Formats: sequence, structure tokens, C-alpha cells
Amino acid sequence: MLYVELTAQGLVQGAIYALIALGLTLVYGLLRILHVAHAALFTLGAYVGVIVCNASGSLALGFAAGMVVAGVAGVAMFRLAYQPLLRQPPFVALIASIGLYIAAEEIFRIVFGAQGLSFTAPPLQGQIPVFGGMQFKVAELLMMLSTVAIIGVLGWLQTRTRIGVACQATVSDPQMAESFGITLLKVRDINFFVGSALAGFAGVWVALLNNLVEPTMGSVPSYKALAIIVLGGLGSVRGTLAAALVLGVVESFGTIYLGQLLDRNAIAFAFLILVLMVRPQGLFAKR
Amino acid sequence: MDYEISLLTTMGVSVLFALSLNLITGFCGQISLGHAAFLGIGAYVAAMLGKAGLPFLATLPLAMLLAGAVGAVVGLASLRVRADFLAITTMGVGFLFVGIVRQQNWLGGELGISGIPDTGLSKTAFMLLTLLLCALVAAFSQYIRKSWMGRVFNGIAEDEDTMRVLGIDASRYKLVAFAIGTALAGLAGSMYAYNLRFIGPDSFGFVESITVLSMVVVGGIGSVTGVIVAAALLSALPAWFQVIGDYKLLVYGGLLFLMMRFSPGGMAGLVTRFFSPVGSVGKGGGT
Repeated sequence: MLYVELTAQGLVQGAIYALIALGLTLVYGLLRILHVAHAALFTLGAYVGVIVCNASGSLALGFAAGMVVAGVAGVAMFRLAYQPLLRQPPFVALIASIGLYIAAEEIFRIVFGAQGLSFTAPPLQGQIPVFGGMQFKVAELLMMLSTVAIIGVLGWLQTRTRIGVACQATVSDPQMAESFGITLLKVRDINFFVGSALAGFAGVWVALLNNLVEPTMGSVPSYKALAIIVLGGLGSVRGTLAAALVLGVVESFGTIYLGQLLDRNAIAFAFLILVLMVRPQGLFAKR
Repeated sequence: MDYEISLLTTMGVSVLFALSLNLITGFCGQISLGHAAFLGIGAYVAAMLGKAGLPFLATLPLAMLLAGAVGAVVGLASLRVRADFLAITTMGVGFLFVGIVRQQNWLGGELGISGIPDTGLSKTAFMLLTLLLCALVAAFSQYIRKSWMGRVFNGIAEDEDTMRVLGIDASRYKLVAFAIGTALAGLAGSMYAYNLRFIGPDSFGFVESITVLSMVVVGGIGSVTGVIVAAALLSALPAWFQVIGDYKLLVYGGLLFLMMRFSPGGMAGLVTRFFSPVGSVGKGGGT
């Protein structure tokens, strides 16, 4: 029974990681940038979601606002920060991104205050019994369902629409794609918008689950999402999903059995390092 | 006068720490996002041995030895991964260190170690010793850079594959860079511990790793003078402008981002560009 519960907890956590890491994978696949500042968009989405939901009373509106604002901010970030750095060696963009994230965290703290915000009337807090006396929050179940739905939609978009195919073409060979009439800038804008909107979406869910948004809420997920996309083999959507769920479960078992030795973050990174030593290309990538 | 002495000592420790990372990231081109872990290892070794009754000067080589030994192991692990994977792996090492130390009661756990014994030196003498060590490490860095090994480091940083084709055992050189750089970080760590006489796990976390990376980057990756100036300035900034204290991270993040965005060569790059004829500097490595 304990095992089932630990697994379930791990899957919930893993689904959150997956939502955050998916957007990051889209960006990584296209530009090969380790986009740490992705977590700033996650936090931004959460703040906007909570503020709009509190002001309007509608959670759906909160979600929409959080996603749109995060998406637009993501495109702006791409245009102002990354676009000019694409020709530099990759660590330049990585360090710029870390700088951007640290500065963004401080801006959140200065603008919204250090102690954070919460919902005045937190929605979806009811409990639903699943099987064997186990209980899930409504928000947890909906979050997991929406994760699955989003991955389905993303898969469909990628393979069945012109834009999706253009994205895939750009990932595999930007120059060739360009010579076939694909506007690289447009594809990159769209990718950043979708990826960042997903980050905002994840942010609002995390805000709901914890009923709290704080300036530093993105820091741990941002580093873990990087670990996840590395585990998933960098740039693969399916690999990322699997890696996120595996990491969630490893963490929830690890905190029980290794908690004396390591804290939660250390467990995640110990797992990452172990995997990379055995499979330097990630868990799910083909060589 | 006391204030100036303690400020100079703190600056000296930062310079030592930044120079140690410069060997790995600057000279050899291996990015590290977890360098603070080795500062921590040095600090904890010095603190534990010092409290066990070992004289101050005897703890320094031992701290260097252990930090360097762990560094060599991490380096060995890092040989399997490159570029983005290396960045994430070293970041994991940083989280692992903090996560392990936090859970160990014999290392003081969350609370850290206080009451580290006095060095037996006067404050002025300790400051002079720190500055002397800085000068020695700077001279050592310059010596390495001019040596055959330094040229190989530079080659690896520019284009590792070509170095391998030339028949150079790049792995061995990377390992040496890791061992020397982390041993020097251990030295900086023991000076840090004896300077503050209190250490805790939070002093060696991700933010410290980024801070030291920002010193190296702002100074101009690989430039010894630039790194010394940047480390001294960035560590003294919060003390000079009390206002900045609260916004320290915002300034760090912002500087890091702006530097990468507008001058990927750092301050050294700015100076070179300023004094060189128009158009002759345009260091943009293609990827």
C-alpha cells in the first residue's frame, strides 16, 4: 500500500515536472539553449494567474491570462535575449539565461513582495477518493489529466499541422528548412510562445496545488527541469515526459528510503549523475 | 581600519575562489555550475580539522588535498559528458554537496559549524596572508597559461576534437585542470572558513556557484587580470553601496545578462575592443 501511495505521489510530482520541462524541451530542441529563465515564465504565469483569478473570480480566466502573459513574455525574451546570441558558443546563452533568471526572481520579490500571494478563495480543493481509500485533490487529478491532454495535442500539432511539421523540419536542419520557404524566425517565435505558455500553465497549477506563489517558486523546478530534459535525451517530447515521471517517482521513494542521507534535490541530482555516467546521451535518446 | 581589513580579506578570498574557477572554465573551457561545492569541501575540512586541534597552516594543504581529490573524481565523471551535459552534471554535483551536508549531523547539518578556532594571526597578518596567496595563485595561473599545458588547455577550450585529432590526450588535461582548479577552491574555502569562523551549507549553494561564475565571466573568461578585478569589484560592491545589499542578486543577475548579451568577452573583451582598431575584433565562434 505504501508503495502504491508513494508511486501516486511521485506521479503527481512528475506530472508537474513534465509540464514545466515540456516547454523547455521545445526551446532546447529548436535552439540548443539551456533556457534557465524558463522558470521565470513559470513564476510569472503563476503570479498573473493568481492575481487575475482573485480579481475576476474565474479560474479559467486566470489560466488564460497566465498562459498568454507568459507566452508573450517568452517571445520577448527570445527576441531581446537569445536571438542575438545564437551565433555565440552555447555557454554564453546559458550564462545570460541564468543572469536573466536571477534578475527576474529579484524583480518578482521587489514587485510582488517576498512573502508571496495566495488565492482568496482557492478553487478545486475538494478530495476525491480513488481506490483503496487513497485520496487525490481534484486539482491534482485535473492537473494530471490536462498534462496528458496537452501532450496529446502537442503530438498532434507536431505531426499533423503545417506549423508543426515546419517546427520539426527546423529542428532537424534549419538551413534546409529555410531554403524550403520556412521562416525560421516565425517558427522560433511560435515555439517560444507555446513553450512559455506551457510554463505559465504549469505555474498556475502549482499555485493551485500549494495555494501559494512566491518569488523563489521557480528556482528548484528550473534546475530540475533541466535535469529532466537531459535525462530525457534533450529535445525529445516523449523522453521528457517519461523522464519527468520517473524522476517524480524516484524522488518520492528516495525521500523515504534515503532521506537520512540526502535531501530531495540531492536525490534527484544523484539519480541524474548516475544515469549520465551509464548513459551519457540520456535515458531515452538513441545514439 | 578594522573594516577595511576585513573587506580586503573578503575580497581576497573571492579573488582566490574566482581564480580557481578560471583555471577550469577560463583556461580549459569546461563550464562548471557547481564550483561552490569545492569551496565548501575546503571550508568544512578546515573547520573540522581546526576544531579537532590541528594548527591553521596544517589544515590548508589537507583542505586542498581533499577538495582536489573530490574534484578529480568529479572530473573523471565529467569526462563522459560535454558542453550542456557537463553544465547540468556539475550543477548536480553542487546540489548533491549541499544536500549531503544538510543531512549530516556530524557536519553540523542545517546549522553549520560555528566556533572555528582562531588562526593565531592578527587580522592584518591574516589579510596579508590572503593577499599573498592571491598573488601566488595569480602568478601560478599566468605561469600555467604560458606553459605547454596552458596552450593545450586553450586548444581544448577552442576545439576539443581537433586536439584529439592532433594526438593529444584531452581527457588527461581536462582532469588535471579539474584537479588543480578544485584544489585551489579548497584553499579558498579554508581561508573562507577561518575568516568568518562560521560556515553553513547555504554558503556553498547554487547562488555561490553562479556568483563565482559571474566573476569569471564579467572579468573576461580566461583573463587573469580581468578575473581578479571583477572578483574584487563584485565582492566589494555590496559593502560599498549599502543600498545594493538588498538588491545584490538583481545586480549580479543583471550584470551577468548584460555582459553576455553585449560583450561575451567580458571586461577584458571590452578593454581589448576599446584599444583595438575598428573591425579587427569580432570574436564570435560559430557553433
